[in-house]
Amino acid sequence: MSFRRLAETERRAITFEVDGHAVAALEGDTYLTAIRIAGLALRRSEFGDGPRAGFCLMGACQDCWIWTQAGERLRACSTTAEAGTRLLTEPDAGMWPCPIS
Amino acid sequence: MPDIVIIGAGPAGIRAAETLAEQRLPVTLVDEGERGGGQIYRRQPAGFRRSYASLYGSEAGKAKALHDTFDRLKARIDYRPNTLAWNIADNVLHTVTGAVARRLRFDAAILATGATDRLIPVDGWTTPGVYSLGAAQIALKAQACAIGGAVVFMGTGPLLYLVACQYVKAGARVAAVLDTSPLSARHQALPRLLTSRPGLALRGLRLILQLRSAGIPVETGITPLAIANDGANVTGLRYRSSSGEIEELACDAVGLGYHLRPETQLADLAGCALSFDETSRLWLPKTDPDGRASVAGLYLAGDGARIAGADAAEISGRLAAYAVLADLGHGVPESKRRALHRAARRLERFRLALAQAFPWPHWLAGEIADEVLVCRCEKISAGELRHAATTLGAAELNRAKAFSRVGMGRCQGRYCGTIAAEIVAATCGRPVDGVGRLRGQAPVKPLPLATTAEEAA
Repeated sequence: MSFRRLAETERRAITFEVDGHAVAALEGDTYLTAIRIAGLALRRSEFGDGPRAGFCLMGACQDCWIWTQAGERLRACSTTAEAGTRLLTEPDAGMWPCPIS
Repeated sequence: MPDIVIIGAGPAGIRAAETLAEQRLPVTLVDEGERGGGQIYRRQPAGFRRSYASLYGSEAGKAKALHDTFDRLKARIDYRPNTLAWNIADNVLHTVTGAVARRLRFDAAILATGATDRLIPVDGWTTPGVYSLGAAQIALKAQACAIGGAVVFMGTGPLLYLVACQYVKAGARVAAVLDTSPLSARHQALPRLLTSRPGLALRGLRLILQLRSAGIPVETGITPLAIANDGANVTGLRYRSSSGEIEELACDAVGLGYHLRPETQLADLAGCALSFDETSRLWLPKTDPDGRASVAGLYLAGDGARIAGADAAEISGRLAAYAVLADLGHGVPESKRRALHRAARRLERFRLALAQAFPWPHWLAGEIADEVLVCRCEKISAGELRHAATTLGAAELNRAKAFSRVGMGRCQGRYCGTIAAEIVAATCGRPVDGVGRLRGQAPVKPLPLATTAEEAA
């Protein structure tokens, strides 16, 4: 189903947004961790074969891309979550490359 | 003063930097990570409180020693964290930090670029909840998380058992450990494992016993069939047991991995010669025993040269630094160098024995069904790759890539390249070294489009 926390649960709670929905995180989580704890996926494959949620967690596979509202692309596996950030699982319309829907 | 650059701040890169800094030579250390340590001794984020013993187990002392060395070293060298080395040519390294691109001219470069998981596709492997074995370990070490509530570890190699044990110890539920290597291979390799590194071999055996005594099913000689899913979640796993039975397991996450593969793209881009290693069936940069590549001024160390593990990486990092020193006309402590060579030879015997115990299951290439995705990035199936290899006549890997787009996506072939070679070879009835290897392409990882500023350094 999703990630499970095994330790280090005493950290400060923060929230950020993904596609307008609040996601709970702990300070020090990567975006990928918090999103997987919430049981969500990260992005949809551009080729229509379903959701993806990262794969290597070391910045090598590029399967965990997520976008800020400003259009900056992040690797969710290696970016530390910050309170209040608003993320999009698809790049904003008009940005390149656009996913094939 | 000569300009020396080291790429990678894992065990090899840190020991190389330390050895050069001891001789008061200026060193630039380029690290894609944030705080040094690399992947094997990856550090947890600031604010996490687990002890070295709980994070690194039997390797806690080595991890701490390496981190301490790095922390002392950091102020004495030009350390560049969060920096991707994306190209290398004509004694210039091209890096990007955030959106700032820089060119670093060098007289000597030590490539300590490490490794990534080596994968074999299986039906359903792009489902959320399926991660590489290394990823499963990173989730635990760096985030104190398990990748799921009931995890199957499937693949082969020592990491399979290590990560499974680390999960059990941390309180995660491990549903099964499924190894493609037959038990007979391990029995045959055992004498060589025990004579080359008895302590480590026994520790490996203990891991397997620990899993068994925790009641976790451990199977050998299996054939992966499919990761069952509902489109968005993993629901189970299907495999063929060594006795030929089709088995099904319920689980919600899978850690997949078949050893590691070296990150050789920069060596390739720099023009270093590579040669085919029969044992691992990988193309490895050619080096002399000290780590000198075929191109003057370039040196290799650690898993980026050959997969031999963290201890071997520390040794080869020091040896590469000695080679740099010697080539720049500095003295090298000969007795220390000879001792490192002796240690390296023993570790090399262990590497060969491990490869015998846990062979890369290239025979699975023929078992991958046509509809299974080989290339995660570009959604290319095994059938499309086979079509390119046969109907389109691309019996060479780069040609097959051009025709099918396998290996052309954003991971640059890291996760499909080695199995794509096996699939093309098996389809065409050629030996795998006869179909070539994916050539490195710059940038070795995607760069932000906004990367424009470039200043000479």
